Order: sequence, then C-alpha cells, then structure tokens
Amino acid sequence: MMEQTTCFHCGNDCNTTVITFNDKPFCCNGCKTVYEIFSENDLTCYYDLENAPGAIPSEIQGKYDFLNQNNIIEKLVEFDDGHTQVATLYIPHIHCSSCIWVLENLNKLNVNIISSQVNFGKKTVRVTYNSEKSSLKETVLLLGSIGYEPYISLDDFNTGKRNVNRSLIYKLGVAGFAFGNVMFLSFPEYFEVGEYWLEQYKHLFRWIMFAFSLPVVFYAGRDYFISAFKGLKAQLLNIDVPIALGIAVLFIRSSIEIMFDLGSGFFDSLTGLVFFLLLGKFFQHKTYNFLSFERDYKSYFPIAVTKITSEGIETPIQVYEIEKGDRLLIRNEELIPVDGILINGKARIDYSFVTGESKSVSKISGDKLFAGGKQTSGVIEMEAIKSVEQSYLTQLWSNDVFNKNKEDRFTTLTNKISKKFTIAVLSIAVLATLFWLFTDASKAINVFTAVLIIACPCAIALSAPFTFGNLLRIFGKQKFYVKNAAVLEQLAHINTIIFDKTGTITSNKKSTATYEGKELSTTEATLLKNTLRGSNHPLSRSLYDILEEHQILTLHHFEEHLGQGIEAKYGDHNMKIGSASFVGSTDTSVLNTTVHISTNNDYKGKFTFYNSYRKGLSKLFNKLKTQYDLVILSGDNNGEEANLKKLLPAKTKLIFNQKPDDKLEYIKYHQSEGANVLMIGDGLNDAGALAQSDVGIAVSENVNVFSPACDAILDASRFKQLDAFIEASKKAVRIIKWSFILSLIYNIIGLYFAVTGQLAPVVAAILMPLSSISIVVFTTIATNIIGRKLK
Amino acid sequence: MSVIYILLTISIIVAVVFFIAFITAVKNGQFDDSYTPSVRMLFEDEIVKEQPKPSVKIKKTN
Repeated sequence: MMEQTTCFHCGNDCNTTVITFNDKPFCCNGCKTVYEIFSENDLTCYYDLENAPGAIPSEIQGKYDFLNQNNIIEKLVEFDDGHTQVATLYIPHIHCSSCIWVLENLNKLNVNIISSQVNFGKKTVRVTYNSEKSSLKETVLLLGSIGYEPYISLDDFNTGKRNVNRSLIYKLGVAGFAFGNVMFLSFPEYFEVGEYWLEQYKHLFRWIMFAFSLPVVFYAGRDYFISAFKGLKAQLLNIDVPIALGIAVLFIRSSIEIMFDLGSGFFDSLTGLVFFLLLGKFFQHKTYNFLSFERDYKSYFPIAVTKITSEGIETPIQVYEIEKGDRLLIRNEELIPVDGILINGKARIDYSFVTGESKSVSKISGDKLFAGGKQTSGVIEMEAIKSVEQSYLTQLWSNDVFNKNKEDRFTTLTNKISKKFTIAVLSIAVLATLFWLFTDASKAINVFTAVLIIACPCAIALSAPFTFGNLLRIFGKQKFYVKNAAVLEQLAHINTIIFDKTGTITSNKKSTATYEGKELSTTEATLLKNTLRGSNHPLSRSLYDILEEHQILTLHHFEEHLGQGIEAKYGDHNMKIGSASFVGSTDTSVLNTTVHISTNNDYKGKFTFYNSYRKGLSKLFNKLKTQYDLVILSGDNNGEEANLKKLLPAKTKLIFNQKPDDKLEYIKYHQSEGANVLMIGDGLNDAGALAQSDVGIAVSENVNVFSPACDAILDASRFKQLDAFIEASKKAVRIIKWSFILSLIYNIIGLYFAVTGQLAPVVAAILMPLSSISIVVFTTIATNIIGRKLK
Repeated sequence: MSVIYILLTISIIVAVVFFIAFITAVKNGQFDDSYTPSVRMLFEDEIVKEQPKPSVKIKKTN
C-alpha cells in the first residue's frame, strides 16, 4: 500500500507518480518546473511563507496568441506611452501571502517587468513592464508558467479602464471634517452665555461655522435632495424626503438666525446629522471585492479565438468580429463562442455552463454546436453560423429582466414607515404652529422649524443600514455573500423556494456509481483500478475514487482514446473502459452516465453514475416545507425523478426538461400569482431565473470561480444552513421594527421641546447624536446575537 | 485678545492641511485596498535576505 505523499508545490495528493527533485516530492512535471523556476531565481521563500501554496501550471500553448494583436492589447492595458505599459490582470488563484509575495517579485523572473502590485481583495495584479523589450503576451505566459494564469474574458474587453467611484468616501470626509470643526466652534456658546469676550467674538465663530456647513449641505448632503426630489416626482414619500426637509430647514433657519443675530444656529446638529447619515450609507455599502454579482456570459467568454483563413492560416480573431461562415479552431478546454457546425475533429462538449447538465456530449462532424459549450477532447474545427450576440445562449441576455433594477420593484420597510412618519410630522408641525399663532405669534415660525428639525428621522434612516450592514458581514463570515441590504429585506418576505437540480442540490465533486453485470475477478478489479489511475478524464477520476484500494501495478500497455475510452494491458489481460460502442456493448440507455468495461473483448458490465445529493438535503427540505412552497426546476431529463421523490417531502413539485427561458417564465407566472420567489441555482442557464426571482442565490463549490449574475452567493458547504439564513433575515426585520420604536421615543422627547418652543441648539446637539448612536449600538448588539445563533 | 484671530487661522489651516492630506490619500487609491498592504509590510525581511542566499543554495545542491 502506498503512503500518501502531498506535492511540495501544490499540496495535491501525488496519486499516480511521485517526482522527486531536490528531496522534495512533486505530483507532476508542471509543479516541478515551477519549483525549478523559483529556485533558480532565489524565490524559494515562496514555500516558506505558506505550505504548498502553488497551482499546477496549465497547458497554454497557443492560447494567448491573440495578445500579439495591437487592437486587443489596446483594450486590455491601462496605460501605454510606447515604452511602458501597465495592465491589470485578474488571477483567480491568488489566495495567500505567498501569492502576494511571488507576484510582487515578478521582476526577479523577468527583468523587463518594472513592477507588479497585488490587490488581494480583488485578486488582481497590476503589472508595469517595458513594452519595447517585452510584451503583454510574454507577461501572461510568464504568469501562466508559474501557475498563476490570468483570466482574460470578453468582460475585460468592454470595460477596459474602470473608474472607481470614491465619491462616498469624499463626502464622508467632508462631512466629518466640517462636523469636527463646527463642534469646536459652537462649544463656547453652549455654556458661557453673555460672557464679555465671547459676546465680542461669537459673530466670527458663527460665520466660520456657516462657511463649514456650506460644503456639507451642497456637496455631502446633495444626494438626499436629489433622492427626495426623485421620490416626490414619482409621488413617493421615501425616507429621504423628511431628511432633505430637515437639512434644508436646519440650514435656512441657522443662516437666518446668525444673519439677524437671533441665535447661534444649529450648524453643529446639521453637520452631525449629515455625517451620521453618510456613515450609515458607508456601512451599508460594504461590498465583497473578490465577488462579482453582475456577471453575464461575457465573463465566461474568451476575448479571441483562432480563425482559419481561406488560405489555411491560423490567426487570432476577436470574438465580436466573428462573422457567419468563418472557420474557427477550438482547442481542448476552450469555449465555443458562437453557434456553429462541427467541420472536423472529435467534439466532446461540456454544456454545463449553458444547461447545468453535467454530462458532456459527443458530436460528430456536421452536428450543430451551441455557444457556451466547452470542448473537452482535442482540437476541433467549426464553422460559425451566427455572430456572438445572436447565438442561442447570449440571446437570453436580451430579455428585459436584465435591464431592470431589482431594487425598484419593492418598497423597503424604511420607506414604508417614512410615508406615515412624514405625514405625522407635518401635521404636528402645522398644528403646533396654529396653536402658537393664537397664543404667541412671534414664536410660531420658531416652533414650526423646530419641529421639522428635531423630527428629522436620522435614527430611523440609520436602523436598516446598520442592522442589514452588520448582518451582511456576519453572513459573509458564514460564507453566504449577499449583494446588498435590500436583498436581505427581500429574503425575509419569501414564500416560495425554487431549486435548480444539477450543481445546486447535487454536488459536483462526489458521485456515486453502481455496478451492473458479471462479477469482476480480483485480477480484473486490480487492473481496472490501475488503468483508471493513469487517466485524467473526470469520469475516470470519479470512478477511481469510488473503487476500493488495490495493489499498484505497472501496466504493460496503456492508451487513451479521446472521447471514447481507455485501453490497457497487463500480462495476458486486456481491458477496455469507456463508452458502450468503444467497449462493444449494445446498451443504448441515455438517461444516465455510464462507463462500460470489457476484458479480453468479453463484455463485463457497466458502472452507472448517479447524482450525489448535498449533505443534509432532505433535512433542509423538511425544515423548509412547513413555511414555503418548494419546487425543483431542472434542465435535466427525468432520470433522477424516482430518486428525488424518495428523498424530498411529498409536496415538493418536480419539473424537468426546463430550458433557461422556461425557468424564467415559470417564475414570472408564479410572481404574477403573488408568490415571492427565492431562486437557487448555479449555472448560466439559471441566469434568467435568478434575475427574474425576488431573490436569486447562486450556489458555488468555490466562490472564487464564476457564478452567474445573482443577488447572493452561497458557498456549497453552507447549503444545509439555508433555512437559518432566511430565519436570521426575518429576525433582522424584527430588529429594525424595534429600533423604529426606539427612535420614535427620542422623537417624542424632542418634539416636546420643539412644540413648547424651547428647543435650544444644545438640546438638539445632544439629542440627535444620542438617538443615532443608541440606534447603532442597539442594532449592532442585536444582530450579533442573531449571528451567534447561526453557528 | 486679537490673538484669537491668529489662533483661529492657525487651527483652521492645520485642519485644512489634514483634510487635503485625506483627499489626496483617497485619490491615490489608498482606501481601495485595505488588506494587501498589511501583508506586504511583513515581506520586507525576505527581500533583503535574498542577496546572501546563493551561497546557501550552492551548499544544498552539492
């Protein structure tokens, strides 16, 4: 029995052969080569920082030839002055400090690289290199050779130079700066009323405060006016209406007070209010840099493919320039960018991106190929019959759902309460003014403005951002990454949950297989296991992992036939493993994935693979069934129907053979019947459904790998906790309701001062921050308690 | 007491200087990536160590 050794470079088990170099074990030549590159260049520190941090370098021969084309380079580099170019490359493998270290020392591997800087959160490296002596292609190839192959997709082509929006930080900075200074300047007047020196200088102090508040109102607080205006225009009393009203009244009344020397104004409360509000916004805008929730097919598609010209020359061509009738060369592991017809080569296409169906399909020349499929065996030639945008898969994105903003579709809890709140505040203000008009008319305007100032719903506006913001972070730690606060609120209102099947409730990694046929002798079983060892085909690997351990043999003959199977020989035993036709069986069942076996041309039997469902699936469904309608909406055939019926609660609806469009329409129909739909999917085929649903969650085995556009990404290992996440968001909504009550109490206290006409600036300056801070403290503690229960 | 004008001017200038420093920092992208610099800081040692390293390596391969 072999002892398991792990590769010094990548940490994988050295299954097949151990390559020893410099007393260190490596699982393959690729890993060994990377180690050699590093040790020759004194970069072995790479292995000191973390254990086995590397990745196996992939075969990239010819893959990046398109980087020779200037029009493509132009789109990818950020800066180019003829001598130096700067490019930011996305590298999915970046995961530890060793990665940062080696990528920032690229200049040791190639002197023409001037500098390189890693952004760990975004998993990018920004490389500056001498473009006269080196090129983008050389840089990419270098990265590929050390196991850090960058991911260049069609998405990079359109955006090119991205602009980062930092306006919120600027605004927060301005408001904080003004708030601090205004507090300083207004402090003396809180206490020393009538003191000689203060009387002399207070006008100066007031005018400086006025100056500080100008950028706060007109720059930092601008968004509230814009949003309030938009809301009013749409006849909506959103939360920004009373806020904008409060800011405006504060500013106008304060300015008038200091102009006519009536008082010191409320500049402290004004700047403080805007600062706290922006802080809430900042907190809510917590984003996951390394995740993207907006991906469409462009993130999956290559930027260029190889075209074969009529003279038979291979040239790279930009995907957008592909025309009907072009001949394209698709290499192993490359994506088919357009619909077309197979001309020659053996195609084995993995359509899992498109259909979610995990089984790859074989095609022969003359068959139609759809865009989005991945070639998995050797090189093929095809003829394009459509352009990229008109292809079957990409057409899904022309559906209207992808252009609508989901957040516009529902009213948030805050906006719901703000309507009642605004009406109440305005009526109190009017009533109080009327009362004072008859008792003491000189105080009427004073009271009116004081009510609007003190009732400014700062605390209400902060409740939701801080509650959801904190819950977002707690969920993030539990590997459930939610796009924004609005999604959490929607999640609390779900009543129907729709699951995709393949990749969502089944796991991609482990399959189970059963054997049917003649019993295999010990020799045959040993030979089978040993034959599978040598093959890298996904099915061989799964089967290898399922079978029992056997003695290791050195095969006398081993041959892999692409797209068909493997043939091996040991002594006088000859074994064939593969498709039915390859092995010589007449079995024609197509519903399930099968691997057939024969020895010495005598058919033995077949292994049938079944989906392996995620752990805790039935338990989860049983927990969910009491509260929600459950549906399985699958793109697959119904081969698994009997199995699913056994596993899931009886009332679960099972629907098979759904095309991407069907899924979208199904959800749309149920929404029109009043359902709030949570869609859980994984592949691009679910993209339409995820966009149409009220909340779309993508399940992902590895969150760094791409998932379709969605509202949240759930790590597959946390799938069984789905019910707990939904429950937590329901509790969060309850917390927000409680904090509304809390802030209303503060408002009532403030209104007492305002209505009785005794609102001094110092009362406002204490009450407003106090209410905001206590809301922040309350929501943070309450959400942390919820979070603790999640574990 | 007119010294208060000077004091006020100085205090505001100091505040504005820090404010400008903050704005430039944001503009230069210092707030874009808050994680990598914390790791990068710890690497300084390894890079310095590299110069004398070849001698160590020769021993190893012999």
